[in-house]
Amino acid sequence: MNNGILRVEGLKKHFLIGHRGVVKREPVTVKAVDGVFFSVQKGETFGLVGESGSGKSTIAYIAVGMYQPSEGTIYFRDRDLFADGLKRSRELRKELQIVFQDPGSSLNPRRTVRQILELPLSIHRPEEDPLQEAMRLLEMVELPIEYLHKYPQMLSGGEKQMVAVARALATNPSLIILDEPTSALDVSVQGKIINLLIRLQRELNLTYLFITHDLSLMRNVATRVAIMYLGKVCEVAEASEFFQNPQHPYTQMLLSSIPVVSDEEDAIKSKKIVSTGEIPSPVNVPSGCSFHTRCPHVMDVCRRIDPVMVETSRGHIARCHLFEQPPERK
Amino acid sequence: MAASAPLLDILDLAVHFRVYGGVLKVLDGVNFRVNTGEKVGLVGETGCGKTTTMKAILRILPVPPAVIPHGEIRFKGEDILKMKPDRLRKVRGRGISMIFQDPTAALNPVFTVGQQMEPVIQHTSPEGRRLSRRQVHDRAITPLQEVGLPDAERLLRSYPIQLSGGMRQRVCIGMALSTNPELLIADEPGTSLDVTIQDQVLRLLHDLVQKKQTSVILITHTLGVVREMTDRVYVMYAGNMVELAATHKLFSNPLHPYSQGLMKAVPRLTGGGVAEGIPGRIPTYQSPPTGCRFHPRCPHVMEICRELKPPFFKVDADHEVACFLYEGHGSARTAEAGAQ
Amino acid sequence: MTQQVKVQEFGLSITRQAVLEMQRRNRRENLGRAWYKFSRNPLSIVGAATVSIVTLLAIFAPLVAPYPEHVKPFTDFANASLPPSLAHLFGTDEIGRDILSRVIFGFREALGMGVVVLALVVPVGVLMGLVAGYFHGTWIDTVIMRLTDIFLAVPPLVLALAIASVLEPNLFNSMMAVSLMWWPWYARLVYGLTSALRNEFFVASAQTSGAGTRHILFRELLPNMISPIFTKMSLDMGWVIIIGSMLSYVGLGVQPPKPGLGTMVASGAKFLPDLWWISVFPGLAIVVVVLGFNLLGDGLRDLFAAEEV
Repeated sequence: MNNGILRVEGLKKHFLIGHRGVVKREPVTVKAVDGVFFSVQKGETFGLVGESGSGKSTIAYIAVGMYQPSEGTIYFRDRDLFADGLKRSRELRKELQIVFQDPGSSLNPRRTVRQILELPLSIHRPEEDPLQEAMRLLEMVELPIEYLHKYPQMLSGGEKQMVAVARALATNPSLIILDEPTSALDVSVQGKIINLLIRLQRELNLTYLFITHDLSLMRNVATRVAIMYLGKVCEVAEASEFFQNPQHPYTQMLLSSIPVVSDEEDAIKSKKIVSTGEIPSPVNVPSGCSFHTRCPHVMDVCRRIDPVMVETSRGHIARCHLFEQPPERK
Repeated sequence: MAASAPLLDILDLAVHFRVYGGVLKVLDGVNFRVNTGEKVGLVGETGCGKTTTMKAILRILPVPPAVIPHGEIRFKGEDILKMKPDRLRKVRGRGISMIFQDPTAALNPVFTVGQQMEPVIQHTSPEGRRLSRRQVHDRAITPLQEVGLPDAERLLRSYPIQLSGGMRQRVCIGMALSTNPELLIADEPGTSLDVTIQDQVLRLLHDLVQKKQTSVILITHTLGVVREMTDRVYVMYAGNMVELAATHKLFSNPLHPYSQGLMKAVPRLTGGGVAEGIPGRIPTYQSPPTGCRFHPRCPHVMEICRELKPPFFKVDADHEVACFLYEGHGSARTAEAGAQ
Repeated sequence: MTQQVKVQEFGLSITRQAVLEMQRRNRRENLGRAWYKFSRNPLSIVGAATVSIVTLLAIFAPLVAPYPEHVKPFTDFANASLPPSLAHLFGTDEIGRDILSRVIFGFREALGMGVVVLALVVPVGVLMGLVAGYFHGTWIDTVIMRLTDIFLAVPPLVLALAIASVLEPNLFNSMMAVSLMWWPWYARLVYGLTSALRNEFFVASAQTSGAGTRHILFRELLPNMISPIFTKMSLDMGWVIIIGSMLSYVGLGVQPPKPGLGTMVASGAKFLPDLWWISVFPGLAIVVVVLGFNLLGDGLRDLFAAEEV
């Protein structure tokens, strides 16, 4: 029975940001992640899609141990990552690495590429020659050896991101979380990096948790896709099924909003739900189904009750009252 | 193409920057034209010079490091680069308005929306400072309603931080269009917003511009946006315009190798994997490549490309490309250089 | 679990030697770039030159000063109260000592005080600020910053006077007094910087890699604060010199007959305006030194400024 190399179980993360009122002092929380379940199979690229407030990046940060869950947990190879709070064994840290979104701030501007790469090496692989390994890592991401002594500001955005990837590879991880790895980059550079990531995945037997808001990119990298809205998962399906047969109204709305460059893609978009309304703030999540304020198919039950996940077809689940068994309605 | 004089005509503009170790020759003789009522796109990647070009138009380039060795920017016939300060001030805001990429940075966080709109309204209405507070306030309501912001009264009293990204961008659009400018420059108007919000904002922009008959320059690195929002497109690379076409023609038949590379590099919703992109990096402006600046990365490079900078060749009525591959077609340089 | 990676052999052409050569080349280029940024403003060079000259004078005072023996107990009433002349460029004071020589030696005391105070104050303040900022929000933060507040609350001169009334008034004790009230400024500065920087992603990256606190504080965070710290140090040299002079002026610093710039200004004050050179030249010397450090500080700020692409 395959439990998946990474398993997110009932994960919740609420941030207390203050109190409202002088007398009653009600706590104000941001429900960044509000009950998330999914599992990532070894060797696949699991895509996580969503806009701001969806919680996708927060899940990434929790997974690498930057935050502790408010409820629920994450299992890596069936071991509870938070068994000891935020303390994590070196072995576990080594296995799970992350590439952050903004290469400008994820590389210390006062450290050279060599120093940046040698840090994880010195912690997790002290028996190897750091210089040799650093050179090998640069080679792996197709960057010239001369970059060893350069500072990040001297590199282009794409090159910086490759250094970040090299850093993630330094510990020989099993799973890498890629948080919007190419969002800050131009499209002509994106291809090179994505193809490199795909090649590395094959050669090194890596599993990827790929986070992005760019659905066109997701279509071409993910094996399975999950879409999130305001801290909860709305829909999960295998990639081509997800794009050809989106079930959840939010998925349909998102798909119809992306600008595309060809008529064939326009055809896919044409199951149109035109985007309306603002994304609510995660401080003030709407009652019932959090999407109800913008949903064209909203029903009375949607305002009161949060829907549960339903399997709409094999391997395809969606969380929406439209797919629930009849007795609920009316 | 409109036969009347163009609204904005940039002729052979060069912009250089003085830095450590030399001079950055960013813009290398740029030609750009917008006719009345047109929506023109300017597509290019980071560092190609599109923002520099736009800042040059409104003369908001930081002039100590920047230097303009030659070129003209004609707005309704007058050269902006030669305008006296008070004439320039009249043009800014009333003739030409601009929306920036990041609405959060464009709005001052310590002033309310109303306080920020006030000087704009005063500056751009004919009565100027003689307007009373009440009158200015009333004139601020209309633009906010036009951009679909509910409860304009409360909005005027709000601080930018209380608004969402989409609302902030709408406020900026409202402010920019409230003066009914003839030309609107929109620099990556949706890039910092969420996709569903970006879609709404772009549709709003489209409708408003249509209604007010404003000409638009839309600057972006997102090809999909250009396809949906513009009539005509310029493709820019390393400080040069490399292709100019009616939008549908660019997308159905990109001619310049760079444009072709870009089109291929965009991931498709229909699947098919991610193309490799364009090998190499953008050149350094300190010692740009000789001849055609794209030649080191071009899959079809020829000997002549290394020596001469290609002029524009007119391949079709509304499709021109600066590439020696198309030398067979007549040189369109004279047409673009405004020899009318 | 080892992984097999297909990596092209990069051959013997890339050797450690080549890598070291690359490193050296990069360092040289960085220095060149640094000088460019520093020298954009000619005043920075003026500042650097001034500070260098004053430092050299201070170090080589016995060799450079025309009448080095005048700094020891000395009287020469025959040559007392002489206005500036070729023999005595700054004139002589009321007991016949050459003022130029005494000013040169006075630089020793001024600079020395600055160096000693900063050498004590900077490490302590920076360390406190780093720790408090990194553990922002915890009891460590509270304890350290309240301690800082306490020290900041005491008016510096009052503190100095209090110490002087208890201890013997001399240069050493004055330096201690100044140090005690100076470290909190560095703590505050670094606290603010650290609190902001610790949320940067490169810090998160180091943390998730498993780096220890010491590495993060000194290798990741501190290098990003060099600019404001060095700039402040440079400006502080000027301040310490002024305060040292003020303390000397009120009799708490350098005791006569030792040459101290502030002391000299004080003892010469009663002869104004007739024997103006006795006060004015030491006063000018203070101005020049402080100005030099300020201009140098501006230059350092430009030097460390982030480069715009």
